[in-house]
Amino acid sequence: MSEPLVRLENVRFAYGERAILRDISMSIPRGKVVAIMGGSGSGKTTLLRLIGGQEKACGGRVTVDGQDVAGLGRDALYAMRRRMGMLFQFGALFTDMTVFDNVAFPLREHTDLSPELINDLVLMKLHAVGLRGAARLMPGELSGGMARRVALARTIALDPMLLMYDEPFTGLDPISLGVIGQLIRRLNDALGASSVIVTHDIHESLQIVDYIYFISEGRVVAEGTPDEIRNSTDPFVHQFVNAEADGPVPFHYPAGDYATALTGGAA
Amino acid sequence: MGGVFRKLGRMAINGVWQLGFITRFLWLILVYSGQSFTRLHLTIRELYFSGVLSLLIILVSGLFVGLVLGLQGYEILQRYGSTEAMGTLVALSLLRELGPVVAGLLFASRAGSAVTAEIGLMKVTEQLKAMDMMAVSPIARVVAPRFWGGVISMPLLAALFSTMGIFGGWLIGVVFIGVDHGAFWGQMQSAVDFQYDVLNGVYKSFAFGVAVALIAVFEGYDCVPTAEGVSRAITRTVVSSALAILALDFVMTSFMFRGL
Amino acid sequence: MSRTTLDLWVGVFVAMGIAALLFLALKVGSISGSEIQSPYTLRANFDNIGGLKLRAPVKSSGVVVGRVEQIRYDNERFQAEVVFTVDGRYKFPTDTFANILTSGLLGEQYLGLDPGGEEKTLAPGEVIKKTQSAVVLEKLISQFMFGKAEGDSAPAK
Repeated sequence: MSEPLVRLENVRFAYGERAILRDISMSIPRGKVVAIMGGSGSGKTTLLRLIGGQEKACGGRVTVDGQDVAGLGRDALYAMRRRMGMLFQFGALFTDMTVFDNVAFPLREHTDLSPELINDLVLMKLHAVGLRGAARLMPGELSGGMARRVALARTIALDPMLLMYDEPFTGLDPISLGVIGQLIRRLNDALGASSVIVTHDIHESLQIVDYIYFISEGRVVAEGTPDEIRNSTDPFVHQFVNAEADGPVPFHYPAGDYATALTGGAA
Repeated sequence: MGGVFRKLGRMAINGVWQLGFITRFLWLILVYSGQSFTRLHLTIRELYFSGVLSLLIILVSGLFVGLVLGLQGYEILQRYGSTEAMGTLVALSLLRELGPVVAGLLFASRAGSAVTAEIGLMKVTEQLKAMDMMAVSPIARVVAPRFWGGVISMPLLAALFSTMGIFGGWLIGVVFIGVDHGAFWGQMQSAVDFQYDVLNGVYKSFAFGVAVALIAVFEGYDCVPTAEGVSRAITRTVVSSALAILALDFVMTSFMFRGL
Repeated sequence: MSRTTLDLWVGVFVAMGIAALLFLALKVGSISGSEIQSPYTLRANFDNIGGLKLRAPVKSSGVVVGRVEQIRYDNERFQAEVVFTVDGRYKFPTDTFANILTSGLLGEQYLGLDPGGEEKTLAPGEVIKKTQSAVVLEKLISQFMFGKAEGDSAPAK
């Protein structure tokens, strides 16, 4: 098997004093869809920002296609980002442009293609997400699911080698959720790209991804293929898959003794 | 007691930090400006939003300020029997002070706040990050055009404000009160020096334009990406712009009109 | 809004702004009138300059021919030294008389030049020797009241 597209080795990251990632190692093989799961605030999104070069790790190495992301200068980083696509949580469409112009944006910024060619390409991308008919609408007129599909069309406009999804399923109804899930899988295979999905939606992910990492408190706590995860006896995975309130992830935020707090002692 | 000094110290340190950030930001804008000028329509679009959309408030306010200056000026000059100096009074107060300062304050609250809100909301909805991830610099694509739109609009708006004000003064003085037409313009022309009064006013309005536009884009770009953060950033834009205009006005006036 | 209407509005706005600037420069500020062409400097010493200010006009026969550039105190002669520029088109004889005059009773003060009859004209940088100080109102009044108008101060013009 060839060298994985993205590789994280012993990555550490902290915002000031607050450690977000303590020791993360993972790899994203070419052509695969990998999910990174974890509770809210476990640093999943930070991982994507490290891969995209928007943040620099405090320790360890992040390599994409053999290049150390943190060591790239601005121009080299921008050159690399042209081959990456990132789908933001709520789409992050440019609200002052039509759907068509949104999808055309990366093409117009980075290529010298003729307007006719751009027109054809944009319609093809929109067709791929089933929204060719919405080309003239403004982002404000779209539903949440449609907005995310438009953002997906924009993300794949330059045919990237790596697709990153930040919470793509948040706030969607079950139908839109299924549509996005299927699109992520189909587009990955059609483009021959690799995908990383950061999410906490376990059931949708189990259906579409090839490999899953669980992270908690800044460390990888479990990993495996969907089948391995379903049959896992790991208490953390078990709690996550079955959505139990208490388990290795405690219900209570760390606090002093309850009885002492109630009987008038200082908190 | 120590608390007061600590607070003061913290404020001073924060202020210096902020000044450093804003200077670095200005430098970034200038570095990326070349890139954004190759796409001139971006700046033209911002000229529309900050310039054309501020026209109405600037023209109407200018007219009213001129009318008031006319009435007050007449009332005072009449005591000394020199009402024909009205043109001079109206023109000098507008060109040197009121035009740039009042137009700048109006511009800050009309266009500056809008720019902050727009950039702030783009930040909240992650549009800036998305742009950055698409290998398009948000400073070149979003910030620099808005900055230059403001910088170019401001002197033009201030000139329009002064012109409307002089027209207002002329309406009161010549049309309603009946000051001699020739004396009004003649006295004005002999007293107003092109370089000393007109150009200095333009320099002022240009400096105010730079200050307001820079504060507006900086506060938007720097805001805390929440609804509350954006609303605070807008407030800060208006307040800091007003203070910057008045402070700059004092400094520039003391250098420009030292001789008189 | 389409790109063309937006361009049109911006065009109108910029044209209006430039027209306003031109109006201020030409109609209000009279750019041509106050322009002094190829100026040269002259100097004059006065016992008392009264209320003469920087940039006050220099007039001859009522026409503005220059501006006051610098006023300083000469500590050797114990006199005020006034440096002023004169339009290069105008030449003045060496026996020109420099007065500090007032326009109207309470108006601004200006430097008046009365040309004499000499053939030679003043070269740039030269000093005008015949000067007459500003009229100080208080002195004038006290002279009048105490009836010694023929004192050392020259009579009012």
